[in-house]
Amino acid sequence: MGRELLLEMKGIVKNFPGVRALQGVNFSVAKGEVHALMGENGAGKSTLIKTLTGIYQKDEGTIIFDGREINPKTAIEAQKEGISTIYQELNLVPFQTVYENMYLGREPLNKFGKVDRKKMIQDTEKVLGDLGIHVDVTAPLLTYGTAVQQMVAIGRAISINAKLVIMDESTSSLDTKEVQVLFDVIRKLKAKGIAVIFISHRLDEIFEICEHVTILKDGRLSGEVSIEEIDQLKLISYMIGREAKKLERTKGEYELQDAPELARMENIEQGMRLNGIGIDIKKGEVLGLAGLLGSGRTELAKVLFGATQPDKGEVIWMNEPVHFKSPKNSIEKGIGFCTEDRKVEGIIPHLSVKENITIALLPQISKFGVVSKKKQNEIVNEYIKRLKIKTPSPNQMIRNLSGGNQQKVLLARWICMNPKLIIMDEPTRGIDVGAKAEIETLIQELASNGISVLMISSELAELERNCDRVIVMREGKNLGELRGLDINQNAIMETIAAAAGELEKEGGLNE
Amino acid sequence: MNSAARNKEDVIVMMKQYSAFILLALMLLLNLFITPNFFRMGTLWNIISQTCTIILTGMGMTMVISTGGIDISVGAVMALGGVISGMMLDKIGLIPAILLAIAVCCLSGALAGFMIGKLKVQAMVVTLALLMGIRGVAQLMNDGKIFYIEGELAESYKLLGSAKIAGVVPVQLIPIVISVAVTWFILEKTILGRHIQAVGDNPRSSMLAGINTAKTLMFVYVYSAAFAAIAGVFASAKIGAADGNSLGLLAELDAIAAVAVGGTSMSGGRAKVFGTVVGALIMQLINITVNMNNITYEYAQIFKAIIIVFAVYLQREKAS
Repeated sequence: MGRELLLEMKGIVKNFPGVRALQGVNFSVAKGEVHALMGENGAGKSTLIKTLTGIYQKDEGTIIFDGREINPKTAIEAQKEGISTIYQELNLVPFQTVYENMYLGREPLNKFGKVDRKKMIQDTEKVLGDLGIHVDVTAPLLTYGTAVQQMVAIGRAISINAKLVIMDESTSSLDTKEVQVLFDVIRKLKAKGIAVIFISHRLDEIFEICEHVTILKDGRLSGEVSIEEIDQLKLISYMIGREAKKLERTKGEYELQDAPELARMENIEQGMRLNGIGIDIKKGEVLGLAGLLGSGRTELAKVLFGATQPDKGEVIWMNEPVHFKSPKNSIEKGIGFCTEDRKVEGIIPHLSVKENITIALLPQISKFGVVSKKKQNEIVNEYIKRLKIKTPSPNQMIRNLSGGNQQKVLLARWICMNPKLIIMDEPTRGIDVGAKAEIETLIQELASNGISVLMISSELAELERNCDRVIVMREGKNLGELRGLDINQNAIMETIAAAAGELEKEGGLNE
Repeated sequence: MNSAARNKEDVIVMMKQYSAFILLALMLLLNLFITPNFFRMGTLWNIISQTCTIILTGMGMTMVISTGGIDISVGAVMALGGVISGMMLDKIGLIPAILLAIAVCCLSGALAGFMIGKLKVQAMVVTLALLMGIRGVAQLMNDGKIFYIEGELAESYKLLGSAKIAGVVPVQLIPIVISVAVTWFILEKTILGRHIQAVGDNPRSSMLAGINTAKTLMFVYVYSAAFAAIAGVFASAKIGAADGNSLGLLAELDAIAAVAVGGTSMSGGRAKVFGTVVGALIMQLINITVNMNNITYEYAQIFKAIIIVFAVYLQREKAS
């Protein structure tokens, strides 16, 4: 083999009531290796990681770490063995300072038995400095963005002598530049002989940073190869188990010049984020909003949906000025909004798939406030079938579904309303390739039925494939638009880059 | 071995779901052995007449807690309801007096709902303020003295506490059945019920799904106050007096305990109407067991404490 193994998991089985989540999985990581763990949502990645980090207890199998068998019962036990996890949602304390977070739960004491803050500050600066991160460690953690917060979490892992760092979707909330900083840090970890398990849905990242890849499918091992022996297409086929067709743009020239206008926003201003932006959406159009993190895309969508109020500006819906005081108003007019953060702003976790699908539709399937069970079941069954939602039953709690299936439930919530416009904010974030293709097909289907889609995505390729027109945003302004075949990743990036100079000249950057 | 492991987990899930019922069964079994003459109809009628106020306030509390809130003003609202209906009885008649009591108490609920739903003040603080304020109002209404219910209509009012249907079944069964049926119907069958549980589970998602969260919260606090008022009427009718000072004192604690033991999630989202009923029965059963065995009442409180902690422990959710 030539690989000196740090971690060896053999025959791991994990059952949940009614589900066999892991069915005898083997997984091994070599010392100082960056190892990608891939798989569709529901393939068993998180379950595997959680059995390793002590959050779940495996039912069968053995875990050998650093030469001896371990059996962590809690996350702390795993941490003591040298396994640290950097979660997607960081479990740090935002109001405490950077250095306090670094030493959370293991504060060093000075000789008087008091917390030794000086040592904490110095050590934190050193650890972060080694990673190339220079920040004021005495500032509260929340003063910094997600990227720095992650670095703190990684620094924390290093300072407790982690031998293995697990990064679960760490890049999903970072922009391109921040991802590069993270990758530099990963390379430094590697140089220190620390192994990294890297979980990401962005294939490009896997190829850029990882040396080895293990792919799971339906709770089983689907493939384990060195990265040199595999290409993107092959990797996708391991994940979805069929020859993957590379996703391609299905649309041609822009054809909606004469289509009637559905909605228009004019001179929208809101705090620092939106600076007099205007957009328009035509009937049956897939309109993309492109831009870096913080360009105001989500904020603009929320104004349109009535979830927040603009300071200034006008919204025109079907040629009439409107004022949506709350989402209730806009939903009544035929707008739906699939939010970016499914957990916080999408699902209602303990309610069933059924209730989650119909929560906005209820008034239409009720008489005198009493919900018709029959109509509800009909609609729910129809959409579970139509969107191929994988759930053991419509009565299953939505939190037990995989991310991709949760997203489909949320899409079903709006599609069953017969909307005129669906806003989709990062519709494929954290979703596996298979479900992604299904959702993209669905977007085209909606558009061909005359439903407009406002699509926000950080994946430029996704915009290129799906949109009739893309509006490029920066600093809450509309930089220009691309139509039809002119939409491509380079053009979008060039538009964003070209605007940097202009905005600066106007002094717009710092406003 | 595998299926055995799965069976075990399924059993645990079942245990959780029906923990309140299992506890109730265990308590009945215990009484079978230790309490002489326990299994007589008389005991059942006793339980019914005594759990009435806990169930009434418990129904409102189930709704409130499902939205992720809490209403600790129910005891004070009970006092206000009892005092108003008792004092107004001779002035405006039986039914109008009761309706007036309910209406005034609903105002208190509306105020709570407005503060919590619209102004986003914490439920605990708002209802704590109401607990003090409303109790004060109830006491002031008769200058801090006990109001003895007398006069022409007193007898018919007192029937609400003592009447027996068909000569045996206590009249309290009627409000119990109605309150449980209405609460169950709203929570399980209506849009409102789904909105209540959705708001409790994830208020942000609910708002973005077009739910008027403020209105939903407003409703549950008014509902809770209305049933507290009715509980106050029945409680004062039973005693034949309305004491602004002691009527419904600590009733909020019994109601919360019944909801907790019944398995409604304290963090909101899942309402268990029948669980609350069972929770109320368990609380009352402890009183009766202690009483019939001539054990001092103080022990009942200790048993209750143990049961509450045990029940909530059983239902706790594993960190996910």
